[in-house]
Amino acid sequence: MRIPAHGLLSCPHSPEVHTILLYARLVRYGFRKHATYVAAALAGAFTNSVFGILRAYVLIALWQARPGLAGYDVLDAVTFCFITQAFIGPMQLFGGGLTIPERIRSGDIALDLVRPASLQLCSLAEDLGRAGYLFVVRGLPPTILGALLFGITAPDNPGAFLVSFTLGVVVSFGWRYLVALSVCWLLDDRGTMAVSLVLTTFFSGMMLPLGIFPGFLGDLAAALPWAAMVQIPMDVYLGKADIWQALGVQALWVAVMLGLGALGTRLIRHRVVIQGG
Amino acid sequence: MIELDRAGRSFKVKRNVVHAVHDLSFTVAPGEFVGYLGPNGAGKSTTIKMLCGILTPTSGTVRVAGLDPSRKRTVVARRIGVVFGQRTTLWWDLPLKDSFELIRLLYKVDRKDFRVRLDELVETLDLSTFMKTPVRQLSLGQRMRGDLTAALLHAPEVLVLDEPTIGLDVVSKNSIRAFLQRVNAERGTTVLLTTHDLGDIERLCKRVMVIDHGRMQFDGTLDELMAGESSLEEVVTRLYTAGAQ
Repeated sequence: MRIPAHGLLSCPHSPEVHTILLYARLVRYGFRKHATYVAAALAGAFTNSVFGILRAYVLIALWQARPGLAGYDVLDAVTFCFITQAFIGPMQLFGGGLTIPERIRSGDIALDLVRPASLQLCSLAEDLGRAGYLFVVRGLPPTILGALLFGITAPDNPGAFLVSFTLGVVVSFGWRYLVALSVCWLLDDRGTMAVSLVLTTFFSGMMLPLGIFPGFLGDLAAALPWAAMVQIPMDVYLGKADIWQALGVQALWVAVMLGLGALGTRLIRHRVVIQGG
Repeated sequence: MIELDRAGRSFKVKRNVVHAVHDLSFTVAPGEFVGYLGPNGAGKSTTIKMLCGILTPTSGTVRVAGLDPSRKRTVVARRIGVVFGQRTTLWWDLPLKDSFELIRLLYKVDRKDFRVRLDELVETLDLSTFMKTPVRQLSLGQRMRGDLTAALLHAPEVLVLDEPTIGLDVVSKNSIRAFLQRVNAERGTTVLLTTHDLGDIERLCKRVMVIDHGRMQFDGTLDELMAGESSLEEVVTRLYTAGAQ
């Protein structure tokens, strides 16, 4: 066997350094990629802000009629409204945000599967970059608008909130990744996307705080992964949860979602119908 | 370097079992440049996907550099370079040079080796004028040269090409062909080339394998395939139609 002209790979850096740098670069790539499409992000920020105002009036009316509902006062409810509106972009609460379904349909996924790196972790890194960009461009406008028009409270513990928010993004990624992989079995993700949209908006607390749900339904919603996306970070923001318990529950869902995702990635290696070519 | 022993891959389509590749055996020695021909749907891409470890064979064995690609996928990935002419491995929204940097990290290539290889590839493939251009703005010829560079940055021992000249103009085709010839001759890289362009075969391959319906129809030198006839196109057309009957 002849040795390639420049010799076999020699690495003074440890492989771990390469791996960390790779994922850091992919985070930056996700950020830059979304920064290319500014108009789309600004349109999203505008829509989220306007809907925030509409939702705020509905919630104000509700809390004036039923003060103290779900342990919130009117100010809590308005804060809940605008901060959750700010979550929509970075947490991609209406689904999507990943290129995997399109790449499975087109067959480009073959190239991702050839690479000597985890498809799931590469996608996660890119998604965190996307979330970082949308946190600024789609998260801040509704927050500032809410503060100016209605007055909202500041986070109870900003550091804990940021950690909780980031864990929420990762849980959201874990769920969307599973939905995206479903294309392998269904050849199309429109059905799973529709189901995911209903489950996410209803069970995350995006529609209404989960504390409003009565009895069994409330307990069920709190025990499902979607609560770790919106309701738990909001409880941390408003100072209505034990911080360590809240972060612990989120970390658990991160582990479960990424574990299932890793399993799904292994399954598609055997299962994937790589179209065409 | 590449060994297939009675390798097969079948898919279940509804209730029927389709054998994309059936009992396929061949060996490619280090440094060989082999053309891999077959009509559409013959099983060429399935073979390539088995070589890269994307698909696991349902029967028989596949070995690349002595390793089973489906079990040692990441190890094999570092020793094999793959180019799919109809797809790109580059990051769509990144300038070409940033894509190469990601490839460097992905394949854990040492910075110094990377610099030397990249400089050489930039020069031979004439990439310098569009290194800062985002991939989405490159012409097909430029993108293909970028993809070839990406496939060679980790100095693979085996290069697998799936229609690398598809859609290219005559000038781009010729520069790619000349480059591949050089890689094979100077670096001793083993090359397996799938193409529908018989010009690629005539210009580059001493040995040709033809498959159809997932089975080997011919394996020999280009001269043996031609067997005194003057038109490769006619010979191949005859082989393809014979397989269909």
